[in-house]
Amino acid sequence: MNGNAIAKIILEQSKRAHVGHIGSALSIADLVAVLYGNILNIPSPDDGDRDRFILSKGHAVLAIYAALFLKGWISEEQLNTYCANGSLLGVHPEHELTGIDFSTGSLGQGLSLGVGAALAAKLDNSSRRIFVLISDAECNEGSLWEAIMFAAHHKLSNLIAIIDLNGQQAIGYTQDVLNLSPMRDRWQAMGWNVKEINGHDRAEIVQTINNLETTSGKPHVIIAKTIFGKGVSYMENQIKWHYFPMSDAEYQQALNEIATSVS
Amino acid sequence: MRKTFINTLVELAESDRRIVLLTGDLGYTVIEPFAEKFPDRFFNVGVAEQNMVGLATGLAEAGFIPFLYSIATFAVLRPYEFIRNGAILHQFPVRILGIGGGFEYGHAGTTHHALEDVGVMRIQPGITTIVPADYQQARSALLQTWDLPEPIYFRLGKDDINTIAGLNGNFVLGQTQLIGEGTDFLFITMGNITREVSQAMETLQDEGISSQVMIVSSFNPSPVEDLVKILPRFKVAIAVEEHYITGGLGSFVAEVIAEEKLNCRLLRCGIKNKPTSISGNRNYLLSLHRLSVEYLVQSAKIALQKR
Repeated sequence: MNGNAIAKIILEQSKRAHVGHIGSALSIADLVAVLYGNILNIPSPDDGDRDRFILSKGHAVLAIYAALFLKGWISEEQLNTYCANGSLLGVHPEHELTGIDFSTGSLGQGLSLGVGAALAAKLDNSSRRIFVLISDAECNEGSLWEAIMFAAHHKLSNLIAIIDLNGQQAIGYTQDVLNLSPMRDRWQAMGWNVKEINGHDRAEIVQTINNLETTSGKPHVIIAKTIFGKGVSYMENQIKWHYFPMSDAEYQQALNEIATSVS
Repeated sequence: MRKTFINTLVELAESDRRIVLLTGDLGYTVIEPFAEKFPDRFFNVGVAEQNMVGLATGLAEAGFIPFLYSIATFAVLRPYEFIRNGAILHQFPVRILGIGGGFEYGHAGTTHHALEDVGVMRIQPGITTIVPADYQQARSALLQTWDLPEPIYFRLGKDDINTIAGLNGNFVLGQTQLIGEGTDFLFITMGNITREVSQAMETLQDEGISSQVMIVSSFNPSPVEDLVKILPRFKVAIAVEEHYITGGLGSFVAEVIAEEKLNCRLLRCGIKNKPTSISGNRNYLLSLHRLSVEYLVQSAKIALQKR
């Protein structure tokens, strides 16, 4: 599974359904490709002892639908119901869809879910890991810091948070809205093991996660520097692509750029 | 109620390792029996109710049955959206224990008075709300519902001594319990104020006015059928709740009367005024809001004159 395959599906489905959140989904395409292709231990989506994955920034779920499709857990027919009436594939993830562990959509809640899932794994003496993908803007939410403190206090080293650090939020840039830097120092001060990586570098993502020590000690956070709208020149780092759908011409250009870029 | 509830939970937890107890740093002298017996299944999550509810959702997804302990306002209102998007949306067996509904935390002030908790929970069809009238009923309710697959909110008082005469701890989910055999009018009530209501019934009885007390202990499922069966026997019903007058018990009864076209006049007694800074113990505040036994007696007499 690679990021370009996911990005292509993001573009196709966004265009077909004529909806936005494209930039947010492209931002995590490479991370999601590595997670679902190389990292997550999920023998089947209903295996009770599978790794759990929580997309706390639920509005980027189209990237996850693409991964679920590429894994063969949802059909092309299902994928093509994205945003259709009666579909389980909405703009935010719903747990009733195969492969979605938790419904999300309200920012700042996913890490608490992950903390509970990690505590459950510990109580079960299970080696399953819990991955929570959060946005940088989500760190505005106070509840997130409650979860951060709990995870460190209880040494939930089976918990791996990944921050999609693209520097953007809904209607502004994070540094202008509510400055979050230095992100590393903040998490470190809370007792987490912090890694900083390029969120579009496949090898670096795989190597970093595989080297995490997940049986004792600190919870982990991977601060993944990403580009909002990655791979589509006119979307990259542009606020408007948090919301806008593509025109026909924009769609064609986006497809061409994704097809010719290296992932 | 709260001590009996926790002690009953200890009994259940002995035979089911899925039960875990979380507290938002409250419950001194109440939760110790559980904490001491099951230290590996007890977590003081700190003063962080949102995270408590969120992580309970994560625990429940993996098969655990988390019970969450806090004062009712903090248990319900602070993390309300976490409850909505977590336990309710996923339909997980999370149990929220809101302690001290109404004015039970008297002198502690308005921040500690849960006057809308039943209302905000009742409007969520995806969670059961249970409001025991005394500690015996609280125990019965827990024994009957602890392993249901859906989430439950329990509003639990602090009184572990007094019981409601004639209730005998009876509880059936989605049904009411009746006390007394009077015919002049019907009291409908829930939770801790049931004691005041039953005292008002006795005082009125001494003055020649006979009534019954209908105790509503659950919503979702709500006792619609019982209301439809019993309300038409009375010309006047008086709903009494230690709760804002809108959204809770009185509103529920009004909905049933209207939708089922029941021929019964309803009077709602509850908290009608906006919050003030006035301090006082529970009895004082019940009087201030015209919910003490004396006022309930007076309200009943006025209602009967008007019918």
